[in-house]
Amino acid sequence: MLQTVTLSGSRGQRQLFSDVSVTVKPGTLLAVAGENGSGKTSFLRILCGLLSPDGGTILWQGKNIRQLKELYSSQLTYIGHLNGIKDDLTPIENLTLSACLAGDDSSRTIVQKALESVGLVRPIHLLPTRVLSQGQKRRVALARLWLSTRPLWFLDEPFASLDAAATNYLTQRLHSHLCNGGMVVVSTHQDIALPTDSIQHLRLTR
Amino acid sequence: MSQPSMSEALRGVVRRDLLLAMRHRSDVAMSVFFVVIVASLFPLGVGPEAAVLRTIGPGVLWVTALLACLLSLGRLFTADYLDGVLEQTALIPQSLAVLVIGKVFAHWVVSGLPVVLLSPLLGLQFGLGGESLGVLTLSLLLGTPTLSMIGAIGAALTLGLRGSGLLVALLVLPLFVPVLIFGAGAVTSSLSGVGSEANLSLLGACFVLSLTFAPWATAVALRIALE
Repeated sequence: MLQTVTLSGSRGQRQLFSDVSVTVKPGTLLAVAGENGSGKTSFLRILCGLLSPDGGTILWQGKNIRQLKELYSSQLTYIGHLNGIKDDLTPIENLTLSACLAGDDSSRTIVQKALESVGLVRPIHLLPTRVLSQGQKRRVALARLWLSTRPLWFLDEPFASLDAAATNYLTQRLHSHLCNGGMVVVSTHQDIALPTDSIQHLRLTR
Repeated sequence: MSQPSMSEALRGVVRRDLLLAMRHRSDVAMSVFFVVIVASLFPLGVGPEAAVLRTIGPGVLWVTALLACLLSLGRLFTADYLDGVLEQTALIPQSLAVLVIGKVFAHWVVSGLPVVLLSPLLGLQFGLGGESLGVLTLSLLLGTPTLSMIGAIGAALTLGLRGSGLLVALLVLPLFVPVLIFGAGAVTSSLSGVGSEANLSLLGACFVLSLTFAPWATAVALRIALE
């Protein structure tokens, strides 16, 4: 269970949000909404431990994430605004290296299956990622979710650049993750087609 | 829960960076060509006087190696920072300092090791003999990874800043000076028959010191840059 207690954050001199207390229980998705610049990305980065909050605490299974450090990192998968993939590597190479670094199964069969799960089939696997469209690059980044065995996912605008088919693949993956007791925190501007009892909403306002 | 071992994470970082270097062969070749061209221009400019070349040789070769390292520092973290890979690296459940060692090692293999391997050939242009060529190679073998590690601190501190190339030079050049003095000094001592052990030992100490502190300092600087 992930919990924030009176969390506040800022960028530079600008206060983005304050006193955010929220609990994400197993099997639930927290949809973070807010206008542009309201701090959705910063909120997610703070929850991951990439940014320091101005105040408040983040608890994972009742313990402060600042104390857990790498133990906390081993529980989460983060797909940010940037895809985190290398343009000069093929989707297969990108995913294999990413899985290897995350400690996930990086066998070629599993990686190929993950890419196929997001609708990327041969010969796209073997092309340099630089020649793919924005949507296809986003699919490569999101394919990491099919390799991840971690319970806590942070997704920053995951549906951006995705077509209807890819949106559907991702929604199904989120659903199966939640059904397995996983937790998801997602910043998004759109509605997610998941059972309403598994979704919590948080709107960030200054 | 999945968690890579330290060696798995280290191997993964090195493998990725070497794979990327293979896809950017021109960048790798640029550092090597820079060293070869600059080192070859000096004998042409100074003249064929063997004694003069032997005197300036160690210094010239070491300054060239140092500048080649400086030239390639921009590639160390910038691309990872811009494409979001650095964020992902920071979230790998291993110490970021260990992953920095992997990145610096890959950087050294690509930019420092070719210089070390070429150094006997380059030394011949300056009339360096058997023993001094060996000392030159050994000094560069100890010195170039030290330069990469010190350079990594500067590259991390200036990450995302405008005009970071100049800033890196300003930050790290003063820190390069001891390595340059001991490295060139080792070859000069060998040439004059004094013995290079003292300089090589100091160079070794610089290597150990940088290996101990630079990855940690770089990791802290990277975390600040990511904020």
